[in-house]
Amino acid sequence: MSQMKTNGTQTRSFGQRMNALWEYANPVKFMALSGKVLPWIVGLCALTLIPGLIWGFFFTPEAANFGNSVKIIYVHVPSATMAINIWVMMLVTSLIWLIRRHHVSALAAKAAALIGMTMTLIALITGAVWGQPMWGTYWAWDPRLTSFLILFLFYLGYMALWAAIENPDTAADLTSVLCVVGSVFALLSRYAVNFWNQGLHQGASLSMDKEEHVSNVYWQPLVMAIIGFGLLFVTLLLIRTRTEIRRRRLHALMARERMSDA
Amino acid sequence: MIALLIRDMRLAMRAGGGFGLGLAFFLIVTTLVPFGVGPDAEILARIAPGILWVGALLACLLSLDRIFQLDFEDGSLDLLATSPIPLEGIVAIKALAHWLVTGLPLTLAAPFFGALMHLESPGFSWMFVTLLLGTPALSMIGAFGAALTVGLKRGGLLMSLLVLPLYIPSLIFGAEAATRGMAGFNANAPLLMMAGITAGSIALLPFAAAAALRVNLR
Repeated sequence: MSQMKTNGTQTRSFGQRMNALWEYANPVKFMALSGKVLPWIVGLCALTLIPGLIWGFFFTPEAANFGNSVKIIYVHVPSATMAINIWVMMLVTSLIWLIRRHHVSALAAKAAALIGMTMTLIALITGAVWGQPMWGTYWAWDPRLTSFLILFLFYLGYMALWAAIENPDTAADLTSVLCVVGSVFALLSRYAVNFWNQGLHQGASLSMDKEEHVSNVYWQPLVMAIIGFGLLFVTLLLIRTRTEIRRRRLHALMARERMSDA
Repeated sequence: MIALLIRDMRLAMRAGGGFGLGLAFFLIVTTLVPFGVGPDAEILARIAPGILWVGALLACLLSLDRIFQLDFEDGSLDLLATSPIPLEGIVAIKALAHWLVTGLPLTLAAPFFGALMHLESPGFSWMFVTLLLGTPALSMIGAFGAALTVGLKRGGLLMSLLVLPLYIPSLIFGAEAATRGMAGFNANAPLLMMAGITAGSIALLPFAAAAALRVNLR
């Protein structure tokens, strides 16, 4: 009996905690919290990204066969990691919007798209710059390169749809549906492309289960740079989401003014 | 539902010549490619399956905006949405009508256009089979893209940006199956993958397209 009671209170408290989380879907609460948290995240981002990159660029030995050009991985790998994860985050926020209709969620997805596209572009360009001396070509139809190009196209389509529709709620609905369907097809393309061409690209640089990966000298600054890029994304995302919320408010105020004038 | 199918097909065949236009476009694409790459038979035969697939894909894309746009403008889409048939069923029927007037003729014509590209004789049947299994997915995915952009004034260009990336898996597997089959290799894996994409699209995309249509009709 007593056991059941404690179980009951536990689930309740978990439920309450979940509800507390959903409260931040309220734009006012989100603005208050994100305003407070933002300077700290900016600080943390600066503390990891800048030392991580400096460490990676200037204080790692040159790799045999690669020379100095190996140092581009401190930008290439983190941006590529973020490019994929941002799409996953957009998928999650789109689903939250479709299921629970929280405006902050839809706006966060919109805000993330441009950052994700930029990360994809950075990964593609740094890859091309690195590929020229290493593989002797800027571009190869290698599975990973091709998948990233396709991911870039998906980001483009998603943003174009946001830009084309005037009504913000309609736009949020349609882009969310597109994001869900697009995710399935992006995943399919990934496998299709793997099937289509075996590539030049090296295997995963970082993995938990493999015995052999890049030696620790390179690994430590790389992890730091990845964390830094992650925090950079969170920083930009918060700023852009706050901007979107303010823009919405401004539109609402202007609409109200026009109503009162008329 | 059958009445709707017949109505859609009649409209497509009579009004504005949308029916023949896709085929004519397909013919023009296959004619232009040899001008671009030169008349060398070997090269043409090698790239033929890919060119035919890309041509079929673009021809399919051309007529997509007709699926919902006209009905949306004259208000019959609202009537269809309030009819006893579920909107998902209407989407599926409209995609089927689109396939019957574009995908099927393209499939039937592909072997003949293949002859223009010096496609070798085993290639004819392979083009036919891959397009037959692949083009239904193109129509269904296209119906989804058309549903997304139906409320927009100039949705055509945007729709191509939305729809073409979704066509990539079908294109890769379709062209790969045709190439492998022609060369005498075992083409089961890509063929089955493509058929799987088609089946999955037909099963699931009507729901996504109907959801998008409901948003646009709101």
